[in-house]
Amino acid sequence: MDLTQITSSVLASGPEIIIILGACVALMLSLVPRPGQGALLAGLSLVMIALAAAMSLTLAQNPQTAYGGMFVNDGFSTFFKMLLYLGTALTILISDRYLGTEDAAKGEYYVLLLFALSGAMIMVSGKDLLIIYVGLELQALSIYVLVGFLTTNTRSNEAALKYVILGAFSSGLLLFGLSLLYGLTGTTQLEAMGEALDSVETSSPLLALATVFLIVGLLFKVGAVPFHMWVPDIYEGAPSPVTGFMSTVGKVAAVAVILRLLIQDLAMLDPIWRGSVEAVAVLTLAAGSFAALVQTNIKRMLAYSSIAHGGFLLLGLLAGGSEGLASVMLYLLIFTVTNLGLFAVIVLLNRGAGQGENIQDFSGLAKSQPGVALMALVFLLSLAGIPPTGGFFAKFYVLVALVDAGFVLLAVFAVLLSAIAAWFYLRVIMLMYMEQNDQPAVFQVSPAIGWALIVTFTGTVLTGVLPAWFLGVSKAAATAGLG
Amino acid sequence: MIGIEHYLTVAATLFVIGIFGLFLNRKNVIILLMSIELMLLAVNINLVAFSSFLGDLVGQVFTLFVLTVAAAEAAIGLAILVCFFRNRGTIDVEDISVMKG
Repeated sequence: MDLTQITSSVLASGPEIIIILGACVALMLSLVPRPGQGALLAGLSLVMIALAAAMSLTLAQNPQTAYGGMFVNDGFSTFFKMLLYLGTALTILISDRYLGTEDAAKGEYYVLLLFALSGAMIMVSGKDLLIIYVGLELQALSIYVLVGFLTTNTRSNEAALKYVILGAFSSGLLLFGLSLLYGLTGTTQLEAMGEALDSVETSSPLLALATVFLIVGLLFKVGAVPFHMWVPDIYEGAPSPVTGFMSTVGKVAAVAVILRLLIQDLAMLDPIWRGSVEAVAVLTLAAGSFAALVQTNIKRMLAYSSIAHGGFLLLGLLAGGSEGLASVMLYLLIFTVTNLGLFAVIVLLNRGAGQGENIQDFSGLAKSQPGVALMALVFLLSLAGIPPTGGFFAKFYVLVALVDAGFVLLAVFAVLLSAIAAWFYLRVIMLMYMEQNDQPAVFQVSPAIGWALIVTFTGTVLTGVLPAWFLGVSKAAATAGLG
Repeated sequence: MIGIEHYLTVAATLFVIGIFGLFLNRKNVIILLMSIELMLLAVNINLVAFSSFLGDLVGQVFTLFVLTVAAAEAAIGLAILVCFFRNRGTIDVEDISVMKG
């Protein structure tokens, strides 16, 4: 590797370097206590994310691999990085108020968010199992700390402890699969591995074992049934903005790795995993939708809802090809804006010490805060998949890809289950618009949350009005990844 | 003659012991963390054995990264455990149950 190669590799990983440098600067600044520090660090983080986003867009104009084929900048990774930037920026906007009400404002918060973002970016761009693993752990380790950020809150402690143990366990399973794949192929670089696997019989027991561990490890990360038991507890215990962050940024990065491995580079493993992933997708949809019906804590309900949405993402994976890929990418975009919008509302309702997280706290919101209630209505309708909003088209395109690929029965099943799932979103809407509340929620919308609400609301509505344009963008990114 | 199969068998055995330690242990959270270390060490044995068998250094580099990450994970796990102990005064697995359902 000579000097020009090193320079071009460093340039190719510019966005990651910007984010990591930003995190280091924020870490230094957080050591100097001063009034208004939270706003300063949040502003710095947003600027760094904007810079990285600009650089990613510039780099996307000439797709290239860097670091000897370990790292790639293509349309696929750029699309996912944009989602990650969007998710992180929105999380930062809704964090300041939450940390204030929970009395936990500390500078490390933004540092950890930026490190988690850089880990997720490395996962998305990784073209080598080693890089993907290191990115995954950088993201996971930062999120473990963020989940336990409310150090005096027992629920936050407990969620962090559970997450560390189950997260490390799932990483262990994934790693065992990776080590077997390395032994079978003699390389960790994905393209070389794909070529080497072409000559391996798919009936080889060692390959089957490696694939099983790989799939189980990855399904753990997206919270698919039967590996979902950690999701509700951790979503409930974590600080609300961090829950939003995990359910969007964490999920986007994990799904990107799944798509990169299973649809693009290691597509020859398809016959080994297809049958079991079909069963997992159906179970995930069913368990997520039914369990959400009986929840009384809004974050726990959204945890089950996010499990059910994960089932839809798996359906897109099963559909495969550029159609399936594009539908999953569009789904993630719409899910990111909608879900973070709803979390902005949850942060507004928070009254400190876990108060204001009950579904009953939404009652009478339409009277006391009509604007916020209207936005919450749109987010909930979008999550339920009701037509004028983006959520409908997210589900619609996944189902179209599924039917085109010949899985009509799965599509019918998914439609039936999303009808059931619509009920628990509608329940919250009924509470907001039909119920009276003696002590209605009183709050001021701070400018930061106002911006987050405007962006997510516009995103949810725009994806519902112009779905074809967004599908075109994700399709272009998907074909760039397959090519 | 000790071949690659022997190393893989040892690694698989350690890995399974780690998994059982995680699920059968009902007493102490520290033992859970130790079980996780055992799983990661089994992976390391796998990687080093393959690396030596294939004559390829990548496996050993991977092992170094896994070791580093395992150390970071243990540090964070223990730090969170200390926080948990301060608030609850216990580190029994059975007591990690405020949230359920």
